Amino acid sequence: MKLTQGQINTLLSESACKHNHHKHGKSKNKTCTQTAQPGTAQGGCAFDGASIALVPITDAAHLVHGAIGCAGNSWGSRGSLSSGPMVYKTGFTTDLGENDIIFGGEKKLYRAILEIKDRHSPAAIFVYATCITALIGDDLDAVCQKAAAKTGIPIIPVNSPGFIGSKNLGNRVGGESLLAHVIGTREPDFTTPYDINLIGEYNIAGELWAVLPLLQKLGIRVLAKITGDGRYHDIACAHRAKLNVMICSKALINMARTMEERYGIPYIEESFYGAADLNRCLRHIAAKLGDAELQLRVENLIASETAKLTQDLLPYRARLKGKRVVLYTGGVKSWSIISAAQDLGITVCATSTKKSTEEDKARIRELLGQEGIMLEKGNAQELLRVIDQTQADMLIAGGRNQYTALKAKIPFLDINQERHHPYAGYTGLLELAKELDEALHSPVWQQVRQPAPWEVD
Amino acid sequence: MAIVTMSGKSVAVNPLKQSQPLGAALAFLGLRGTMPLFHGSQGCTAFAKVFLVRHFREAIPLATTAMSEVSTILGGEENIEQAIAAIIAKNQPELIGLLTTGLTETRGDDMAGILQRIRNRHPELAELPIVSVSTPDFKGALQDGFAAAVTAVVKQLPESGEVRPQQVTVLVGSASGPGDIQEIKEIIADFGLRAIVTPDLSTSLDGHLAQSYQTVSSGGTSVEQLRAIGCSSHTLALGESMRPAAMALQNRFGTPVTVFPGLSSLGAIDQFFMTLAELSGQPVPHKYRYQRTQLQDAMLDTHFFFGRKQVALALEPDLLWAIVQFFQSMGSQVQTAVTTTKSPLLEQLPVDRVTIGDLEDFEQQARGADLLVGNSHLGAIASRWQTPLYRLGFPVFDRLGNGQRCIVGYRGMMQLLFEVGNLFLEQELLLANH
Repeated sequence: MKLTQGQINTLLSESACKHNHHKHGKSKNKTCTQTAQPGTAQGGCAFDGASIALVPITDAAHLVHGAIGCAGNSWGSRGSLSSGPMVYKTGFTTDLGENDIIFGGEKKLYRAILEIKDRHSPAAIFVYATCITALIGDDLDAVCQKAAAKTGIPIIPVNSPGFIGSKNLGNRVGGESLLAHVIGTREPDFTTPYDINLIGEYNIAGELWAVLPLLQKLGIRVLAKITGDGRYHDIACAHRAKLNVMICSKALINMARTMEERYGIPYIEESFYGAADLNRCLRHIAAKLGDAELQLRVENLIASETAKLTQDLLPYRARLKGKRVVLYTGGVKSWSIISAAQDLGITVCATSTKKSTEEDKARIRELLGQEGIMLEKGNAQELLRVIDQTQADMLIAGGRNQYTALKAKIPFLDINQERHHPYAGYTGLLELAKELDEALHSPVWQQVRQPAPWEVD
Repeated sequence: MAIVTMSGKSVAVNPLKQSQPLGAALAFLGLRGTMPLFHGSQGCTAFAKVFLVRHFREAIPLATTAMSEVSTILGGEENIEQAIAAIIAKNQPELIGLLTTGLTETRGDDMAGILQRIRNRHPELAELPIVSVSTPDFKGALQDGFAAAVTAVVKQLPESGEVRPQQVTVLVGSASGPGDIQEIKEIIADFGLRAIVTPDLSTSLDGHLAQSYQTVSSGGTSVEQLRAIGCSSHTLALGESMRPAAMALQNRFGTPVTVFPGLSSLGAIDQFFMTLAELSGQPVPHKYRYQRTQLQDAMLDTHFFFGRKQVALALEPDLLWAIVQFFQSMGSQVQTAVTTTKSPLLEQLPVDRVTIGDLEDFEQQARGADLLVGNSHLGAIASRWQTPLYRLGFPVFDRLGNGQRCIVGYRGMMQLLFEVGNLFLEQELLLANH
């Protein structure tokens, strides 16, 4: 499925995405359509985004059709965990050389697929197009089709050359591949009235495992995890779920909307971060599945989990109370983490709204109060200025801002996908409290801020 | 003498190598006030940034020309021009390192022509050095891109002048980290020589707190120093990959060259000190004579653990050479050698076979080895086999201190002996208890 410019535009102006609904002054909100600007470092490309969305499918092989830069510089760097198969962690690439560029890479790609099938027997193979293979015109769809016939396993083309756009677009491109080639191709062994899909949860640092036991206790079955700790067969059966639960992400909204149109599956947008949001998420799922008994079970679960959590959090709440943080992260997390922080008695002085929708912003405004600062733009210097101005105690942001904070001797907590600690669910909130406490109260701060004795008069 | 084989597979499985642009960007980060600018799509820069941040645990300034589908078809001139203008406005760099990628090389952007036209249109750029280097992703590996950038720098910036007898140029390849370079600088200074180290990662990626926030490389060789390279009396090239750059200086200025392929074995280090003694006319300082006796003592203490050991190495050619020398000089046998790219060194390696390949090739050959040496990606193999792993090369993301580790010189080799020796020792104790 080669994406035409028209299809890309459709993905960019995804109708269910709130980013595309509200006009700002004269122009539309350009969050997704905005293109990278030359001259600064930018976020990842569409290939990066497609990998983020699909590589967590643990029993599939992920083959990057391109030169070594795309796979060689990035393989194995994502924090998505598996409870079983490990083939997704293997870095496969056609590693194209000069001759392949001149004569075309299709034959090498075909042979590569057969070699992977022979030596690694994955459930399926996802094949990612990159800038170079798009430029030289390799026909990914045709090769995948031929290889699928030969190997007898699904070979899924992902049309993700980096130059078509940002990581966000790449997420949706990944979703399109699932919609076009995977979902609805198999039938589950059985179904229950309590089957849901999770969409946009990537099991970073094993976060999913803090939530799945809760769902299991409630009798809710996760039919397909899209895609954290996902299995190919389960995702192929995803069209039989009763409800799609989108987690903390607009990235795969195209999937939720299309599945509603195509299979009549309703969807809700939720967050697993913080007790208040998780409670709301569980209540919404129960309400949508429409079973009074389930709703009662949810209330009982919430009561017992929050009682236990409140007890566990007591010492940390005391130590975190009144601390001030600046939050710098994207989209939904810009409010879902505020909610989690407030659960802990922390004041969020400022947050980014760069990738937030109008709806997100309204929510942030409500959560932050009138004094809170909403950062429309953010670079390192701007962040440091705001931290200084608000006299914040720490920065909570993605890994790329870690050194902005540390070099300025400001405590830091990583909230994005490279992190090593799971913050979702009730146990995740406790983990978040412990991490915040450690970051804020480390004995190093006082020492690194202390001038050398010979510099003091 | 080794037989060099390339794996004949169509698919690379768990690649060992990284791409040339990444290596070139790393070299540029060793030049002061520099912004490395990738001419490619935004992802090329994003991946390189994440990679280098994870390895060095430092902020890494990098920029992109952000090529889109349309600009790829029309040509990248406008994007390069915009990127340069934006970098000058935002970052006030002292130098811009402009490197190509697979995308723009496949497209065939004429970089020299583009830069010339941009310079014609912008006379205000006259004072700003922009070093352009061709680094397609579809050729070579990190070490090649690093070397290509250094060669491009020394072909462009040094100016001729009267030779300064006490000044030497030290070209350092990608096998040496900031800690190694710091040690080499200290040694050379102790001979009373003034070294211009290029690139100098020891003041940019070593990890240090600066007074203010840096948006370009925070240390490294200055443009002024780079210009003065033409006046050096000698070029010391550390790593075979630095030979082309050193030869370029010899061709331009007649500067004599000495290449040191590795500085992690006693013989090689001795030679390095003798060369410095000759160039400076000074005897080897007492400090190093003493360090040499410490190293020899350490060799005696540790040789019990190195003898008869089979080691499996997955390293870029320069580092591979240095580490093969290290192990063989201690009585270990190199059971497997896998590397990333071609090098004149490979055939001369005193091992039976070298494979230019990936970690699948490595895994097939290295079974039964007593020790694995290579990047953090070997961690999965090491834990499956319960075999100790010494992490070296790029990337090392699961160990701290990559900005300070030193494995060169008497002191560095001694540290390496202890670190590796301890792995052997630990493994022996473990096996003895079972």
